[in-house]
Amino acid sequence: MASMKLFSVCRSAQNVIWKSLRSTNVLIKQSRTISAGYKDVSEKIPTPDDGMAEISSYNLREFFMSDLIGGVSLAVSGVLREPATINYPFEKGPLSPRFRGEHALRRYPSGEERCIACKLCEAICPAQAITIEAEPRADGSRRTTRYDIDMTKCIYCGFCQEACPVDAIVEGPNFEYSTETREELLYNKEKLLENGDKWEAEIASNLQADHLYR
Amino acid sequence: MAALGSLLRKASPAVINACRKPLLARTSPLYYAQQERGGKVWTPDKDYLEKYLCPVAFPDEKQTDWVYPEITVMDEHPLEKQVQNITMNFGPQHPAAHGVLRMIMVLDGETVERCDPHIGLLHRGTEKLIEYKTYTQALPYFDRLDYVSMMCSEQCYSMAVEKLLNIEVPERAKWIRTMFAEITRILNHIMGIGTHALDVGAMTPFFWLFEEREKLMEFYERVSGARLHAAYVRPGGVAQDLPLGLMDDIYQWCQQFGQRIDETDQLLTNNQIWKTRTIDVGIVSSEDALNYGFSGVMLRGSGIEWDLRKVQPYDAYDKVEFDVPIGRKGDCWDRYLIRMEEMRQSLRIILQCLNKMPTGEIKVDDNKVCPPSRAEMKNSMEALIHHFKLFTEGYNVPPGSTYTAIEAPKGEFGVYLVSDGTNKPYRCKIKAPGFAHLAGLDHISKRHMLADIVAIIGTLDIVFGEVDR
Repeated sequence: MASMKLFSVCRSAQNVIWKSLRSTNVLIKQSRTISAGYKDVSEKIPTPDDGMAEISSYNLREFFMSDLIGGVSLAVSGVLREPATINYPFEKGPLSPRFRGEHALRRYPSGEERCIACKLCEAICPAQAITIEAEPRADGSRRTTRYDIDMTKCIYCGFCQEACPVDAIVEGPNFEYSTETREELLYNKEKLLENGDKWEAEIASNLQADHLYR
Repeated sequence: MAALGSLLRKASPAVINACRKPLLARTSPLYYAQQERGGKVWTPDKDYLEKYLCPVAFPDEKQTDWVYPEITVMDEHPLEKQVQNITMNFGPQHPAAHGVLRMIMVLDGETVERCDPHIGLLHRGTEKLIEYKTYTQALPYFDRLDYVSMMCSEQCYSMAVEKLLNIEVPERAKWIRTMFAEITRILNHIMGIGTHALDVGAMTPFFWLFEEREKLMEFYERVSGARLHAAYVRPGGVAQDLPLGLMDDIYQWCQQFGQRIDETDQLLTNNQIWKTRTIDVGIVSSEDALNYGFSGVMLRGSGIEWDLRKVQPYDAYDKVEFDVPIGRKGDCWDRYLIRMEEMRQSLRIILQCLNKMPTGEIKVDDNKVCPPSRAEMKNSMEALIHHFKLFTEGYNVPPGSTYTAIEAPKGEFGVYLVSDGTNKPYRCKIKAPGFAHLAGLDHISKRHMLADIVAIIGTLDIVFGEVDR
């Protein structure tokens, strides 16, 4: 053990000698001027101009490896800190009302679907993930016969919900909708309306919370 | 004299051995691990070995006659051998490759002679796709270019479109953009320093800094609805106003972030291992930095005073005070120090933004460019028509071209936008800083050790979203 200590001391002594040699080398470069608004951040190795005290304290720091001791003690102190992680499936991070998650088609409180097939969302979608087909219904109102979103194409930019003049298509707060097959992510109107019914309470409160900014 | 010298040379190992043994035996436990005590040595006898001279383990009568064929040398001259350096493939699945970097390296032992980056594994044809999208639809592509500094790329594109449209963004939007650009800078440098340290072998700073990154992502999420691909900065301003309470929380976060930087400082900055791995590694002279078209930290590390935020201030950068850190030597160590200082300066800018945030509009009051608010759209027929026009065919941009550049965290991010007067860009050329940096990798890494390449890639801070586009 003693000899190992001796070796390591030798190495750090060598280091110190090297450093002090280098400090004289950089002397010339250190005299450059720096314009206002800029700041030199490169390592300050004390030069003979700084005085003996500065040089010796620098070298002592290097010699006694205060950096390693400081670093290790800081890292060990992490044990005493509160962990930053959360127990995910049981605890979840906070979400803002603006969160853009899984899509949903909403209904009016009467149960009538909101979407009037204006196809603005289809037009704005940068990924062309939305497909809409529409026909007048028996009662004369215009509604979609087909409303598909390819969730594998969607880039969740939120342009569809911004475009929708009747708040029919929204990106809800749900982000846990992974599936086992790709086909399950090709949402049709039925699935989207079902999402809307399931998440209506959250979606409505989020829209309400954010209505001043929209 | 010569005889004496050779005698000494012969005798000295013996002397040293003689001296070393008792010395070590007295002192070190290391000795017991390395001792040469000639203990049990396996010495097989002749009978045992003869069994194995046969090609099969259990020979029958016929096979025992068989002997190993004699190796004949065809030519009496010694064969000439071709000696060449090893060509090795690094990546694209290497954890230190930062994405999908593939490099063909020519190695002389462990020294890198040539390092040829092969790019294009994340090529998505963004520039071409943008030509077929309206100006609004093209915006999300910019999030996905440099996916660790999202809002900066958006800001650059928005500024380019605004320049072509010849519109001036409201003051509040400018300040919001500046604040989020600096938040993005911290996001990027946390990623840059964290993964650089991780590649070099320090794991703790990565985890500690990512906790802060998580909080910043939360701010992103609160303002735009997405943690990463924000689509928040739009031509004409920003998408939505800051939600109530967000600025308080950003202030709260600012209060403690300085301490987090100090912790990282204590863990890394003066650490012997970190210093040995970075000092004098990947030196870029200021001449090379200019010749290779470097920008950002790579340029400032070599001591060149150049920062677009200072040289040609955009948004609110002319109204905030900050210092631009520059290095001296241009090695990985200087660039690391610059990134650390830039985070501190960004913090300073964010605090100034919080204090000076003006009130007012967050996007231009021109419904030909920015969609009207929902309340307006519901009440006014004209606003509804504008809404429909903007979301179906977008807006026409007057013919012209512009090169608009910003100081992204990685360097100069520029957009060269050509408009032919329609609602879609005629051409959109993206100038990504990482591309030039990667192109200089071969020059920087010449005659470095293999392990230093990892440190150099880390310090280049390349992200493949923007390199491959």
